[in-house]
Amino acid sequence: MDFLRPASWEEALAAKAEHPTAVPIAGGTDIMVEINFDHRRPEYLLDLGRIELLREWEVGEEVTKLGASVPYTQIIENLRGTLPGLALASHTVASPQIRNRGGVGGNLGCASPAGDSHPALLAAGAEVEVESVRGSRLIPIDEFYTGVKRNALAPDELIKTVHIKNATGPQQYSKVGTRNAMVIAVCGFGLALHPDTRTVRTGIASAAPTPIRAQAAEEFLNAALEEGGFWESGKVITPSIAKQFGELASAACNPIDDVRGTAKYRRHAVGILARRQLVWTWEQYRGTNGRSLEGAA
Amino acid sequence: MANTRTAPSGTPTNVSQKHNKGGIGESTLRPDGTLKVTGEFAYSSDMWHEDMLWGQTLRSTVAHAEIASIDISEALAMPGVYAVLTYDDLPAAMKNYGLEIQDTPVLANGRVRHHGEPVALVAADHPETARRAAAKIKIDYRELPVVTDEASALAPDAPLIHEGRDDHHAGHVPHPNIVHRQPIIRGNVEEARKRADVIVEGEYTFGMQDQAFLGPESGLAVPSEDGGVDLYVATQWLHSDLKQIAPVLGLPEEKVRMTLSGVGGAFGGREDISMQIHACLLALATNKPVKIVYNRFESFFGHVHRHPAKLYYEHGATKDGKLTHMKCKIVLDGGAYASASPAVVGNASSLSVGPYVVDDVDIEAIALYTNNPPCGAMRGFGAVQACFAYEAQMDKLAAKLGMDPVEFRQLNAMEQGTIMPTGQVVDSPAPVAELLRRVKARPLPPERQWESAGEGADVRALPGGLSNTTHGEGVVRGVGYAVGIKNVGFSEGFDDYSTARVVLSVVNGEAVAMVHTAMAEVGQGGVTVHAQIARTELGVTNVTIHPADTQVGSAGSTSASRQTYMTGGAVKNTCEAVREKVLEIGRRKNGSYHPAWATAELLLEGGKVVTDGGEVLADIAELLEGEDPIDIELEFRHRPTVAFDLVTGQGDGHVQYTFAAHRAVVEVDTELGLVKVVELACAQDVGKALNPLSVVGQIQGGTTQGLGVAVMEEIIVDPKTAKVRNPSFTDYLIPTILDTPTIPVDYLELADPNAPYGLRGLGEAPTLSSTPAVLAAIRQATGLELNKTPIRPEALTGTL
Repeated sequence: MDFLRPASWEEALAAKAEHPTAVPIAGGTDIMVEINFDHRRPEYLLDLGRIELLREWEVGEEVTKLGASVPYTQIIENLRGTLPGLALASHTVASPQIRNRGGVGGNLGCASPAGDSHPALLAAGAEVEVESVRGSRLIPIDEFYTGVKRNALAPDELIKTVHIKNATGPQQYSKVGTRNAMVIAVCGFGLALHPDTRTVRTGIASAAPTPIRAQAAEEFLNAALEEGGFWESGKVITPSIAKQFGELASAACNPIDDVRGTAKYRRHAVGILARRQLVWTWEQYRGTNGRSLEGAA
Repeated sequence: MANTRTAPSGTPTNVSQKHNKGGIGESTLRPDGTLKVTGEFAYSSDMWHEDMLWGQTLRSTVAHAEIASIDISEALAMPGVYAVLTYDDLPAAMKNYGLEIQDTPVLANGRVRHHGEPVALVAADHPETARRAAAKIKIDYRELPVVTDEASALAPDAPLIHEGRDDHHAGHVPHPNIVHRQPIIRGNVEEARKRADVIVEGEYTFGMQDQAFLGPESGLAVPSEDGGVDLYVATQWLHSDLKQIAPVLGLPEEKVRMTLSGVGGAFGGREDISMQIHACLLALATNKPVKIVYNRFESFFGHVHRHPAKLYYEHGATKDGKLTHMKCKIVLDGGAYASASPAVVGNASSLSVGPYVVDDVDIEAIALYTNNPPCGAMRGFGAVQACFAYEAQMDKLAAKLGMDPVEFRQLNAMEQGTIMPTGQVVDSPAPVAELLRRVKARPLPPERQWESAGEGADVRALPGGLSNTTHGEGVVRGVGYAVGIKNVGFSEGFDDYSTARVVLSVVNGEAVAMVHTAMAEVGQGGVTVHAQIARTELGVTNVTIHPADTQVGSAGSTSASRQTYMTGGAVKNTCEAVREKVLEIGRRKNGSYHPAWATAELLLEGGKVVTDGGEVLADIAELLEGEDPIDIELEFRHRPTVAFDLVTGQGDGHVQYTFAAHRAVVEVDTELGLVKVVELACAQDVGKALNPLSVVGQIQGGTTQGLGVAVMEEIIVDPKTAKVRNPSFTDYLIPTILDTPTIPVDYLELADPNAPYGLRGLGEAPTLSSTPAVLAAIRQATGLELNKTPIRPEALTGTL
């Protein structure tokens, strides 16, 4: 196993072009586990640790550009206001030590259906900026996950930044695990209200081969909120809407039985989380005219 | 706190040494505490030797198979590989090991019986080379049908896990796939049942728990010039290892010198041999030091686990709440090799009634041989599984009778003088009702603690914790109680003893005691307690603890809650002999100068020989000046026990009983099936707290380990293949600090007159009652029956 240590982004892209099988490593919180368990033995490891721009972020008018290696701790501490869903998701990642190392780029690169940042990115709306010596492109998050632990990257491409829509309304993220901290997702759910476009978006983790959105649930809720005039009136969401939203989110799942949980439980839990988060986010929207973007945690 | 300590009887002297600083009863700090917290403590995995090789074990990928062939040629040809060993390379006639029954092959002999069984060994100059070489060994497995439960083990055409058994249990077991069977019959259940106004039955399932010690199996074997080997290893009982290692190496025991190295937890999982023999074999084959360190994945296959169990119980009671009878069958899955199964059967059966008075019982406990992972010792040792079941039964009975569950238990609680189902009289304090009273009397923690000062919910206080799954929705509180009984020390006629060597000498004008034992310090605090005992008994301040090794007699196992009692007792005993020697020297040298030497009760205090009136007769260091160091090694035994009768189960089989009670307060997200344990209060009788801080630590640790198996810990074995599905800390979860509740501890000190200082072994009892207390609380919150532990969210939400 060769260890490549590019000093700059350009050198990294050149190295990846020369060695397309090279596995990029930043925090190492996923790759090192795989290597230590001997689950994979990449020919080349491409260390991104010296590339400063990957650890930077920029909060723009509408979009925050988040460097691929910005550790979760930084997201929690600095981006809670603009990216509340992602900050909440970051808080559920592993332990403080891991959160100091790991970042969203690694989550996207591994594209595990259990990754904690995926539902938040799906719900917020995001584009993944990837680059190669051939140039750069933006991959919409909805098109990013292509299969179990597979993504839309070409072999010579590296993830540079993630462009995430700044929150214009409340966002939530929850995951179910069988322990109260430091646990891999049995399933996860994220919800973002977008009052600017009067839409909602969702994200589901660990309940399908890839991270997914609950499209039918979103469409139902968008229509129900519009028809009921909820966005203007800010009136209380009716239990029947919350219930049906939960059921549709549950129906969006395509989970498996495994050692962490049954498919039946995952469907059940996603439905509960969707229902609860709709109430939490909507109450927050009503109570504060949508200005408070803080998560509850 | 009750403190009714009385002088233990049977001690050879009435000298009291309690005034000595740093002695017993003080919370002196662990000598290794700071090192461990700061990461500087040297664990067995940290050892290094010039020129050492790394050993690697190749383990079976299937649970049950014949090995048609093994091809090591490719592995052996790899540069950097020094040796590849298989069964054919074993040097001695003895090729098996085992704690009680030597049924475990050092390396598989043409057949593997469980997933992860060692088949071959590699030594190489780099751990990675060793690992790759092991991967190049080609093994042709011819798979056999797997035996995974009682039905498949005892079926008429069941494959026999061990053919041609000739062990001492083989003659009395009803089927060769039963390791050992222990019935206990007392009174007449059929008659007693007629007196019962209510009868409850239950079938309970206890999952396979792992010890999950954080320091994986590791050690270093160094070949010596005399053809022997020096082995540095993390273990629980050096001399037991030695007895199993030497015959397989074909060496006399004196040529295998063992030294304890830094142990990172044990909990029973280091009672069995793991890498010890393998490292020695490789070291002797290569004539180089060999180090073996398991990684976490291998560790799950490298040691035995807690027996999973099925327990069938029937209890009866009169309408005024008195237990009439109990009938039970306990089926323990011992896995592929015997390990400690026979003794676990003895415990499970003899403690199956719990701390209650029941005169009419019909009990049967068995351990099976299956192709599941081998199971053996783990904290609580058979008593844990039984307690989970009988405490569920107590709640069911109380509910059926419309009684308060604590009052019902108190009404039936055993006490000093109660006769056990084995006929043994409980002859020292058994404050079962009092322990329950104490946990119940505590104020309950406030409700809805997550509602923090108007800022929304503090999710850390809620089920799901940081995962942010509820802000109070669906959350219901439940409260549950449990109490348990555990034996202390090795039972059933085992010659259980500990040895201590104590040397008193003068260093730089100061009297210094050195305590040398083979006790494995696995975190229990023996190193602290031994120094405290020496200070108390010898009146010196300066005590050093010699590294534990086999150059001194056996200390027995660090298990069965026995080490403070046994090796602590041995240290006390030896110190008393050393003290007599000091006084003898004093009398010889100074006796003529002061009549008190002949007439008074003499004490050693503050470095002086003093009279019981407080008059100083001599300085110990001055007395010993010019004398040879006083160097005494003595064995210490607890009172003898006898084996349980194989038909009736009668016999005074246990040394001492120990009791703990818990009250669990939980909050359950009833919609998601997630549990937050809010508080786990414990009350326990410890006889005498030699080190109160360590006592509380043990109780909190045991309580937490019981919590783990209540709500998350389980090794999941595929019933079709007998393969382990979750051998990692990603999928085998143990409690984090956010899962660990407040654990208020209330300990009693009611002396056992038979025990040193009146103490009662304490490490295991809290692990028993913690699990059923949590289960009871979850049952109360959810209204569900819940007959299996650990609880899965699926079980609470009907989504299995």
